Amino acid sequence: MARKVLVLLGTKKGAFIAESDAARREWSLRGPFCEAWPMNHVIGDAASGTIYAGGGNAWFGPAVWQSTDLGASWTHSSEGLAYPVGAEPVTSVWSLARGAGGFYAGVEPAGLFRSADGGGSWRHVAGLQEHPSRPDWHPGAGGLILHSLIPHPRDDKQIWVGISAAGVFHTADGGTSWTARNRGTRADFLPEEQRYPEYGQCVHCLVMAPGMPDRLYQQNHCGMYRSDDGGVRWESIEAGLPSSFGFPAAVHPRDPATVYLVPLNGAEAGRYVPEGRAAVWRTRDAGASWQALRDGLPQENAFFGVLRQALATDDLAPAGVYFGTGTGELYASADEGESWNCIARHLPTIASVETLVMD
Amino acid sequence: MDFSPATVNVVLPTALVLLFPGCSREVAVAAGTVSEAIGALDARWPGMRDRLCDERPAIRRHINVFVGGERAGLATWLEPGAEMVVLMAISGG
Repeated sequence: MARKVLVLLGTKKGAFIAESDAARREWSLRGPFCEAWPMNHVIGDAASGTIYAGGGNAWFGPAVWQSTDLGASWTHSSEGLAYPVGAEPVTSVWSLARGAGGFYAGVEPAGLFRSADGGGSWRHVAGLQEHPSRPDWHPGAGGLILHSLIPHPRDDKQIWVGISAAGVFHTADGGTSWTARNRGTRADFLPEEQRYPEYGQCVHCLVMAPGMPDRLYQQNHCGMYRSDDGGVRWESIEAGLPSSFGFPAAVHPRDPATVYLVPLNGAEAGRYVPEGRAAVWRTRDAGASWQALRDGLPQENAFFGVLRQALATDDLAPAGVYFGTGTGELYASADEGESWNCIARHLPTIASVETLVMD
Repeated sequence: MDFSPATVNVVLPTALVLLFPGCSREVAVAAGTVSEAIGALDARWPGMRDRLCDERPAIRRHINVFVGGERAGLATWLEPGAEMVVLMAISGG
């Protein structure tokens, strides 16, 4: 039985931690941590209990912070978290992931770094920036950011990344060489005859199905997609959704066919929940059909969005689902999305939500 | 003849000091240039160079260093006894 369920938040003004027990009914909130630096991604390692926070500060640059006492104290480092001399500087850390091959950080401007010592020091995975498409990578509205980072759970040579707006890339050799994996995903912002390019799509969020490393889902600027071959080909699964536009996606902890989304009303329509009525949308059949989950969520005058890393699940049974809004509210469901409660409000803009369950 | 750098006084912003336990707002270091002074700070508080400089290499865009009342760069000379003031520019949101 889990003793603690921690919801880890990256916000525009520091990291926060919401804490409960396995019932997930009563919550307490701590923070802001990390000297209120903007934090784009906060993750936890259940084996060690270490919490890592990646972000960047306009004055002091990028850093990965870590706490080994569940947030009571923090250290930070960016040793090696820099491009070669003369390059455009790294401004911020956008994504963190632990994998079989080490600990990874995705940064702005888009690039990948690896740490062999648990985040104390970093080395540039230069192969990604050596991809021939690099001169054509253009920033989305959020910047040229490597926001999605998925190491293969067992094969330490395989990694998938999502870059806005360059697309999805995959390596099978530990980062030396990369291939674009965007076939079947649209770029509606290009002339009609150019809408399925090799790269340049605006991927918003990339996630991997539990227990099925070849199954990926992505919420894109232009549609929702599933791949069953590691991203070689993508199939649209947006039929049944209220909008093809949204930012985050989150997978169920055990069921590879269950995915959660928060579609927004449209890229050029304000980017808030459709009709001002909040809903998380769930598929139980890998995207063949979708259901709106609204119980407990505001159903009028809700004009918030949810950012690309701000939707997560926990691994309890039934699974918890959590999302943080651009307006600083944190919503939680302890029953796989059937019902919701607002467990924190008046926070800064929430950039990321992750969970850490401690036994 | 002694060619070792003379001592200069460095004044640091509170938000930077908070990131490095044991650091204080005023620090005396032996340095002949701004770059050497930052190097001396980094030797005492590992990682401080990364907070003040980027890989162009240059002082970070929103950090201002003044020596003798003038904006300074990494190569600016420091006279013995000089005061090097590190300030945070208007930024954030």
